Amino acid sequence: MDPEKRPPPVSRRQFASVAAAAAAGFILTACGPKRLRELSRERLAALLEDLEKDYTKRFGTAVVVADTPPIEGVTFAYALDLSRCIGCRRCVYACVEENNQSRDPEVQWIRVLGMNKEKGIDFSESDPYYQPAEVPEEGHFYVPVACQQCRNAPCTKVCPTGATWTEPDGIVVIDYDWCVGCRYCMAACPYGARHFNWAEPTIPRDHLNTKTHYLGNRPRPKGVVEKCTFCIQRVRAGRYPACVEVCPVGARKFGNLLDPKSEIRYVIENKRVLVLKEELNTMPKFFYFYGT
Amino acid sequence: MRWLYVMALALVASAAAPVALAQHPSPAPLPRAGPPPAEERVEVPPPPFTDGIFPCTSCHASLKVNRVRRPLADMHGDIVLTHDEQHRWCLDCHDPDNRDWLHLASGEKVPFEQSYLLCGQCHGEKLRDWRAGVHGRRTGEWNGHKGYLLCAHCHNPHQPRFRAVTPKPAPARPSAAK
Repeated sequence: MDPEKRPPPVSRRQFASVAAAAAAGFILTACGPKRLRELSRERLAALLEDLEKDYTKRFGTAVVVADTPPIEGVTFAYALDLSRCIGCRRCVYACVEENNQSRDPEVQWIRVLGMNKEKGIDFSESDPYYQPAEVPEEGHFYVPVACQQCRNAPCTKVCPTGATWTEPDGIVVIDYDWCVGCRYCMAACPYGARHFNWAEPTIPRDHLNTKTHYLGNRPRPKGVVEKCTFCIQRVRAGRYPACVEVCPVGARKFGNLLDPKSEIRYVIENKRVLVLKEELNTMPKFFYFYGT
Repeated sequence: MRWLYVMALALVASAAAPVALAQHPSPAPLPRAGPPPAEERVEVPPPPFTDGIFPCTSCHASLKVNRVRRPLADMHGDIVLTHDEQHRWCLDCHDPDNRDWLHLASGEKVPFEQSYLLCGQCHGEKLRDWRAGVHGRRTGEWNGHKGYLLCAHCHNPHQPRFRAVTPKPAPARPSAAK
């Protein structure tokens, strides 16, 4: 090669300044906020303690923010009996209470779609605003829709900050501290399961559920996206989600997909099961079935 | 002459068939003696009796059993049966000899705490689903102690179909659509 065309050698001064800038950049990044899974135990504990102090001050009652980890060998799944649901919306309001959703502006993780029996499951014909004096209405059936906890979740792929991901137990979670509110995930979700806090959420003090989980029902700030987490604060402690326990007709079933003796496996093996928008290959872990 | 021979054979065969059936050993008796085995029992809360109505024997012990199907005039007039009422009546489920018990079609007595055995005689697939935790409301722990309810906690045994309920308020429409 012609020695004249060689790139000029890097001077000692240049090298030193670039190296110093890189080191400073690394140190600055390392000191900044970290994703939950990268945090050391001590820093996580400190973070949770800070949150608890903040919430306790804001709401005037002692709030617990847990970080209960997933249970080994468990993948959560849900099943809902379409032949039983009467569309009473008890689940919607139990969910709001349990998961500290904003009352004003109204945020509801579960949306019950009223459908016409003649049309079948057809989203373009569905009506979430039905309000007759009594349900079930003649000729109608009801499809409650919340996060479908997809195994091939479109929402987690589009997040630019990595603020939403699938936990080892199959729950798709959001770190509200990392959400920048771009709402790409809402556009990606084919089920309308994600909800945005357009204004500062309001929860009456005496209605706050003080048992919270970092990735679940802890109070959210304005400008972040939230959604159903299968009641992560309950199910990781062995309990059923709030909507399962409140359903007056017993249409809601929940359990461990990996346990052959679970209710979920019984439903899948013995009943007619479907998932919503199967053709999109999102592979939901939320199943609908006909119990009769 | 062969056709005569064939006919005679057929006659003998048809005559022998009922005899063969009759000689078939009778199946083992279906009713079990005593209460069902412990592993079949499901832990449930106490049955949902109307206040002050149990034990039934506090009145019925001194009353003569009247097996005639009739409108109940003196007591229990509030009970309206809309549960296969064409074919059934009180004593098809309630035991005539001891009113604190129910009885199966076989005559076997079952306590109110195990009334699901009675319901399961007709609704067998529901009983199977219920045991598996799939029929009925579920409470408790998904990997631990599961709360079960008796059929009668949700379904009035005399009118088992659910009544219509008032729905909770509909969600607010987006402000642009108001």
